[in-house]
Amino acid sequence: MKFGVVVFPGSNCDRDMEHVLGNVMDQKVEMLWHKEHDLKGCDFIVLPGGFSYGDYLRSGAIARFSPIMQEVLDFADKGGFVLGICNGFQILTEAHLLPGALLHNNNRQFICKNVYITPSTKNSLLTSGISENKAMKIPIAHGEGNYFANDDVIRELNGNDQVLFRYCNSNGEITADSNPNGSLENIAGICNKQRNVFGMMPHPERAADFIQGNEDGKVIFESILNIVNA
Amino acid sequence: MSDTLDSPVATFETAKKLGLLREEYDHICEILGREPNFDELSIYSVMWSEHCSYKNSITWLKTLPKEGPHMLAKAGEENAGLVDIGDGLACAFKIESHNHPSAIEPYQGAATGVGGINRDIFTMGARPIAQLNSLRFGNIDSERTKWLMKGVVRGIGDYGNAFGVPTVGGEVFFDDCYNVNILVNAMSVGVVDTAKTVKAISYGAGNPVFIVGSATGKDGIHGATFASGDLHDDSHEDLPAVQVGDPFQEKLLLEATLELIDTGAVVGMQDMGAAGIICSTSEMSAKGEHGMVIHLDKVPTRQQNMESWEILLSESQERMLVVGKKGMEQAILDVFDKWDLNCTQIGEVTEGERLLFYMNDKLIADVPAESLVLGGGAPVYTREYKEPAYLTKVNSFDKTQVKLPDDLKEVARFLAGHPNIASKKWVYNQYDSMVGTVTMTTNRVSDAAVADVRGTDKAIAMSVDCNARYVYSDPFKGCAIAVSEAARNISCSGAVPSAVTNCLNFGNPYNPEVYWQFVNAIKGMSAACEKFKTPVTGGNVSFYNQSMINKEEVPVFPTPTIGMIGLLESKNNLMTLDFKNEGDHIFLLGKNPEDLNCSEYLYSFHKIKHSPAPYFNLEEEFAVQEFVRSLIRSGVLASAHDVSEGGIFINLLESAMISEIGFGIETDDEIRKDAFLFGEAQGRVMVSVSDANLAIFLELSAASDVEFTKLGETGGKKALIDNEDFGDIINLKSIYENAIGNKMAE
Repeated sequence: MKFGVVVFPGSNCDRDMEHVLGNVMDQKVEMLWHKEHDLKGCDFIVLPGGFSYGDYLRSGAIARFSPIMQEVLDFADKGGFVLGICNGFQILTEAHLLPGALLHNNNRQFICKNVYITPSTKNSLLTSGISENKAMKIPIAHGEGNYFANDDVIRELNGNDQVLFRYCNSNGEITADSNPNGSLENIAGICNKQRNVFGMMPHPERAADFIQGNEDGKVIFESILNIVNA
Repeated sequence: MSDTLDSPVATFETAKKLGLLREEYDHICEILGREPNFDELSIYSVMWSEHCSYKNSITWLKTLPKEGPHMLAKAGEENAGLVDIGDGLACAFKIESHNHPSAIEPYQGAATGVGGINRDIFTMGARPIAQLNSLRFGNIDSERTKWLMKGVVRGIGDYGNAFGVPTVGGEVFFDDCYNVNILVNAMSVGVVDTAKTVKAISYGAGNPVFIVGSATGKDGIHGATFASGDLHDDSHEDLPAVQVGDPFQEKLLLEATLELIDTGAVVGMQDMGAAGIICSTSEMSAKGEHGMVIHLDKVPTRQQNMESWEILLSESQERMLVVGKKGMEQAILDVFDKWDLNCTQIGEVTEGERLLFYMNDKLIADVPAESLVLGGGAPVYTREYKEPAYLTKVNSFDKTQVKLPDDLKEVARFLAGHPNIASKKWVYNQYDSMVGTVTMTTNRVSDAAVADVRGTDKAIAMSVDCNARYVYSDPFKGCAIAVSEAARNISCSGAVPSAVTNCLNFGNPYNPEVYWQFVNAIKGMSAACEKFKTPVTGGNVSFYNQSMINKEEVPVFPTPTIGMIGLLESKNNLMTLDFKNEGDHIFLLGKNPEDLNCSEYLYSFHKIKHSPAPYFNLEEEFAVQEFVRSLIRSGVLASAHDVSEGGIFINLLESAMISEIGFGIETDDEIRKDAFLFGEAQGRVMVSVSDANLAIFLELSAASDVEFTKLGETGGKKALIDNEDFGDIINLKSIYENAIGNKMAE
């Protein structure tokens, strides 16, 4: 499996993703510069976290016009796997590869802390290896992570089983108190209808190594690899 | 090209307006052999300002211990300190103040403070891996303090989060003395391959000089002079002296700079901070004993019609001066083109030591580089000092006059919720503390912040500390305590203290009482740094931290913030502070005297504002820390936590709250109970030990010279003191965790 990590100007979780995929998961990783038009034969594209182009407008609003995003759109269109984390998720919604939008957190502050998320479906590349109702401790770090979409979209997401993760408490219960940013229905991550484009606000790459003292996020990467390797 | 200076001469009247003294003006005339013009006078006014020249502090700074076998750069000679950490790597680190800008415009003031300190690190070739900060605000109940705090925290967060370096530690302290003049000190720590370090130097006649990064605007002009004056009622009118930060540009500049170094095309590099182009050109030239010709009209500007002196002095952020190797210009241009950053050749290196500045081919300033810089021609003053009058009040404190409260449980709850002790999570949850994935202490809470050094077995421990009340009561002892506490935090993480950076925040140096505080703090710092073998690698001095209250100049507490790094040889030895198991034994290491001095309890509960610094003995302190580190290495401890603000009770609570494991302890009949629980005597560490390790712990302790006392055991869900219920841990935790957030929401 060859992963491609896109580097936008202002990406700052690109090297973290490279470390986890390359050193922890022992996979081939290519860094893809935003000005390029070549995905270098990667099987799985990751849009990492950060502040692409400074995010002075709306998070992700400018990155979607990067040259490399043309290729990512084509790749996704042909069924290629694309995962956006944090700013990557924001870019995917701006690029209309995923529905909805990430609004300012409801407390109007940037929030960085450990939260718990639980898988909402088994039917996805990211979640197939995770046991139901498992509460995974995974950090968030964002100012705009409040997932919003209109009622029709939410209905569709639920109807098509497109919600990947929801914020929960340490017992795996999805409660109002465990929602850190005001996201509708505690939504922390989703996929598209075709189930090949994924977006999530929490950072599994920050919970996948001995160094962090928390490896709850590793199961997401293992899940990706198990299916594809099988 | 016109090589004659024909702009009108600037008189002493102008010099005075720029903050220069008569003797300084005369000295400038002597150096130049003529009277200066306005551009030249502006140059001297910023380069000889307190901020750039350290003219009132350098004599004493030179007395600080600077030598150590692991030092790769001498203090003050480079942009930051550089310490060898083995494996071919070095650690670059520094702390710096941004007090005055933050007091006027908290958001941009704090943000640009973060930007500036990080540039100091990566301009040496090091990638920043962690940031810390030390913040001091006034009374948290005042609306102004809340406005300042929200702005500062958001400013640090927005800048650091986007820049992509984790903020891993720090301190926040509140006292009325900071109501007007807050303190914002930012520290950055980076790692560099020792073969790839870059110096702030310029040499080689004909080598090209580039300005890179952001365009130059009118922001921050005379900022260095502004930082060297009083804050007053009209200070907000100085707003143009505050710079504006752009973390996106800084992130690009970081990546481009590190790539640039790999090209091998760099002779030297310095970031542009205070005093902008003139500071970088003169400091790099003076160090390399060369001159420069600079064409100011070639500098990319943000605004039209900028005057030559505005371009020279602008403190626009996210810029660097790069001296390249002749013939390798294209390699330099290519890197910045890749990152879409400005990179413009504005001049070249010359023989001799003169700096010639041109504007549209007309010579506008001709000054010798050496005459401008610290260690060169910049003035050096020795100020007079005298013991402050308030010390008689400090020394007349009598603890027998302090009434023992009827209900110590109330005191316990009061302290748990006091903003100086309570959790700072309202602050740090707004900082990205994990980006970079090297932070080891997110899920392993330790007295020091610890960052992994990737590719090695090592980790770097970091701490910033200063209890300014102790320093106010006794600058010598207080500053020695600040060093010792930083070292104690590092020791409790298992690391060995390595080196120090300092940020010396004081009042007006022309006030002899303030200067006495400064001199004695330096002496105390020296004593402690000698003992711990932690050389002082640099930092900065911020004078004039004061406010005018009823036409009287009131200084802040003398606040010599200590930033310390330590080395954890094996990252597996990282020690944490939380209780691990029920039934573990709790011990106190170090002498436990009856002491109420300077405690938060005495100051805030009894409102006794004057008392001597707490008990402190440098030799005992050192011995305790060595012993703790040896216990950690031998693997017998379940937790270690240094006793600081709030005393033993708060210390126990902090260890109990994380896993919500309670404790029961016995106090000592010989010591009044409030002092036992809430006193802040120094040199104490609380440890917990499992049953299995008890015998060996006792054996090791008996063999050491360090005093130790059994306090009690972990277990249950309560805080039990002499079998009295001081509350459920979960309830005390709620008070501790929410106190500041609740205040900020009021």
